[in-house]
Amino acid sequence: MSRTRLARDNRPFSIRAMTDLSRTDFPHLRADADFWSLRVVDEAAHNFAVRKNVPQPAAALRDRGAMLTAWAYGGCGYAATSDLSRAGLQAALDRAAHWAQASACASLIDFRTLPQPAPRGDYASPDVDAASWSRRDWYELLAQESRETGCDDRIVDWEASVETRTATHTYLTSAGGDVTQRYRFVMPSISATAHAAGDTQTRSLNGYRGLAQQGGEDMLTRFGFAGSGRRIAEEALRLLGAPNCPTGVMDVLLMPDQMVLQIHESIGHPLELDRILGDERNFAGTSFVTLDMFGNYRYGSDLLNITFDPTLPEELASYAFDDDGMRAEKQYLIRNGILRRPLGGALSQARAGMRGVANARADNWNRPPIDRMANLNLEPGENSIAEMIAGIEHGLLMRTNSSWSIDDSRNKFQFGCEWGELIENGEVRGVVKNPNYRGVSASFWRNLKAVGDKSTVQVLGTPYCGKGEPSQVIRVGHASPACVFTGVDVFGGDS
Amino acid sequence: MSIMETYFEDVAALLDRSLAAGEVYLVKLDAERSDFVRLNRGKIRQPGSVTQCYLGLRLIRGQRHAEQALSVSGDFARDREDILAGLGTLRTVLDDAPDDPHLAYATDVRSSRDVRSSSLAASEEVITTVLDAARDVDLVGIYASGPVYRGFANSLGQRNWHEVSSFNLQWSLYQRTDKAVKTSYGGFDWSAESFSARMDEARSRLALLALPARTLEPGRYRAYLTPPAMEELAGMLCWGGFSGRALSTRQSCLFRMQDGTESLNASISFSENVAEGIAPAFQDEGYARPGQVPLIAGGGLVGSLVSPRTAREFDLSTNGANASETPEALDMGAGELAVADALAALDTGILVGNLWYLNFSDRSACRVTGMTRFASFWVEKGAIVAPVNVMRFDDSVYRLLGENLVALTAERELIVSSDSYRERSVGSMRLPGAVLREMAFTL
Repeated sequence: MSRTRLARDNRPFSIRAMTDLSRTDFPHLRADADFWSLRVVDEAAHNFAVRKNVPQPAAALRDRGAMLTAWAYGGCGYAATSDLSRAGLQAALDRAAHWAQASACASLIDFRTLPQPAPRGDYASPDVDAASWSRRDWYELLAQESRETGCDDRIVDWEASVETRTATHTYLTSAGGDVTQRYRFVMPSISATAHAAGDTQTRSLNGYRGLAQQGGEDMLTRFGFAGSGRRIAEEALRLLGAPNCPTGVMDVLLMPDQMVLQIHESIGHPLELDRILGDERNFAGTSFVTLDMFGNYRYGSDLLNITFDPTLPEELASYAFDDDGMRAEKQYLIRNGILRRPLGGALSQARAGMRGVANARADNWNRPPIDRMANLNLEPGENSIAEMIAGIEHGLLMRTNSSWSIDDSRNKFQFGCEWGELIENGEVRGVVKNPNYRGVSASFWRNLKAVGDKSTVQVLGTPYCGKGEPSQVIRVGHASPACVFTGVDVFGGDS
Repeated sequence: MSIMETYFEDVAALLDRSLAAGEVYLVKLDAERSDFVRLNRGKIRQPGSVTQCYLGLRLIRGQRHAEQALSVSGDFARDREDILAGLGTLRTVLDDAPDDPHLAYATDVRSSRDVRSSSLAASEEVITTVLDAARDVDLVGIYASGPVYRGFANSLGQRNWHEVSSFNLQWSLYQRTDKAVKTSYGGFDWSAESFSARMDEARSRLALLALPARTLEPGRYRAYLTPPAMEELAGMLCWGGFSGRALSTRQSCLFRMQDGTESLNASISFSENVAEGIAPAFQDEGYARPGQVPLIAGGGLVGSLVSPRTAREFDLSTNGANASETPEALDMGAGELAVADALAALDTGILVGNLWYLNFSDRSACRVTGMTRFASFWVEKGAIVAPVNVMRFDDSVYRLLGENLVALTAERELIVSSDSYRERSVGSMRLPGAVLREMAFTL
């Protein structure tokens, strides 16, 4: 299909770039503070969808705002505003400085002891300035997939959609920091829901917005988006006729679109340093991991290697600096199964007295940075899919997360998938529906029996990781091979 | 009239003046001026303020329409150019947009104005009070306060305005590791006495958490779900359960109730009760929302939340639901059991103070899994014996609130949502507690 190319600067608002405006205004801001910073976020999003062969109305977002942060007398305060005039920014800085001063005597952290960030540099997503598809191009593709998906009367609902987003994040500090990071994201989705005889089954392309990467539309080719609708629908129909997943303890082969959830919930969140330090105990929860475990705790088998990797160009949360100005570099968090390093930014590192990674991130201009996952990856091993299946005597292959639940210490979990396939004596035997499994993080990863090679890796992610008070939902990336775990408690549904 | 309401009037007037022949506009406003003070270890972790204002502009020409959301400063003179630019962009989009067979918007003009002003205490003063009361305990939490604004206008002359100033303090007192008491205090006028009473109650339960914890074996136990625990369970039903679209496409966890093959206990009732909640009584397409929409009565499904778009698609009648068709003021009917008698009715089992991180393990069967959290206790012969270590449950709502429901409490709790993703929520639930004959715990 040929594509009409549009210039990248074909934006709805003919205004000067916010980066230029903030650079002009920042030197004129004044505060009774030791340090202050300005973080400007300027994002534009477009959403296109075709549901049940009906094009949904085009929806667009232009979101611009600024976060001012001040350190004074040992305290720290912030103020966010969508008034980007110089007067608006000064008013926000005044409010931030007020909070810093008012909280100084009861501040959990003495900010006078911290180095003042002065990062300088920039970052750009792949193809950030390249031409993008037109609305018509998107609707043509989505309509085609919708037609293919709605192929049977038992398919009762279906949708093909995409969200595209561009963003420019600017960070300026009174200590001389000046960082500009420009992003481009593409997040397509296809889903089909089948219903018959009192049962409903849904199948999707790697879950809702599970296909999410930086860069341009070439990601559609990498994931074979065009033509997926028919396969998704046929798989939903097969689930309708499939038996329930059996109950028992067995091996499981988790494909990448379930591995990302397994990594996210039972490694990512427990390693967040602000959880370990107690900040999240009133909402997102604490962690079974404690500070004394780093450097010696066996998190998983020798096959487990987990990295914080902001350097994969197409991965959703790649960047050069975090939102507190720390330079981002690849680091091993778990190496050969041993816990090495937490997910903690500069502030948490100072509080805990240990080294972490550059992961202090805010989901938008109106929320302050906290410790977040960014790109959290499981490094590939040496087994092909065929080898892993051949090595399973009695087990289950599971694809595409559909249910996730874990305790507030990130230990006892229960996850479900859209799709299961029985494996007997090294061969795939048939499809089962409602596959679920449960376990405990502290022991589950020690039963990691095989790690897939590079041919099994998918670079996935989600734009919907929630955490924080006030709450934030942020983009995270996960790249993982398929993996085999032994002795897993597996079960099905009631339907 | 607040500055923000005046601003919205100016925006609507600008759009009125700028519209071309044959065009209709709908515009909504979502704005707030919030203080957020985050606390940990009885200290201030992150204090700040957020001023934000978003406009959602929709342009309609015949059966074509498109939407543009934009953040604005709240200063009309400064925003004027951006608003007009947004309108211009939408005109361009409509030039090649297809007709939408499901387009629906209110054409009866039903303006409204609801301003619930209050005298909020200065956040700095509230925090001083809270920290003074927490000098000898490990307190972690969040204080949020300030006005929230919602507005709607259209080119037919309709104007709706909803303005609420409120606060919400959510805090946990930690005894050790994951043993804590969570308490909330939300409303419109801060009272140091009310806060103090809640803090005293939390301290008394904190003392019980000092007892050695008990680890239960997986199995089926009697249980008493407090209203905060019931909020999590009801929240699962709100996840598409009452949606007219999800019911019509068989994706609702309650579609078997619609088919008549499943039901809940006859004492179970739910309604969307906007009249007694804090959510606005209008929605994004300008429809007025009825004060009450019965959803479940006598244990059977009697209604659903139908957005204008769903109504057009499935030939239903809209009842003013937003596009998500999610309750914003869910009201669960009370029972007859006095809260004071709840532990006696439980006899021996688990007092579930809070549930956490629920999800479906089989949506078609309305089977839900999740964890116990915070102050949950093992109870014997009506008396608290020990805190319990966290347990996973996995059970069907049809069983929990069906054959296994013993009693609902007569007193209900109004739980104001503390949700603050992107913006402070105006949602709430009013819920009783429930004694259950059996609840399946699995891990």
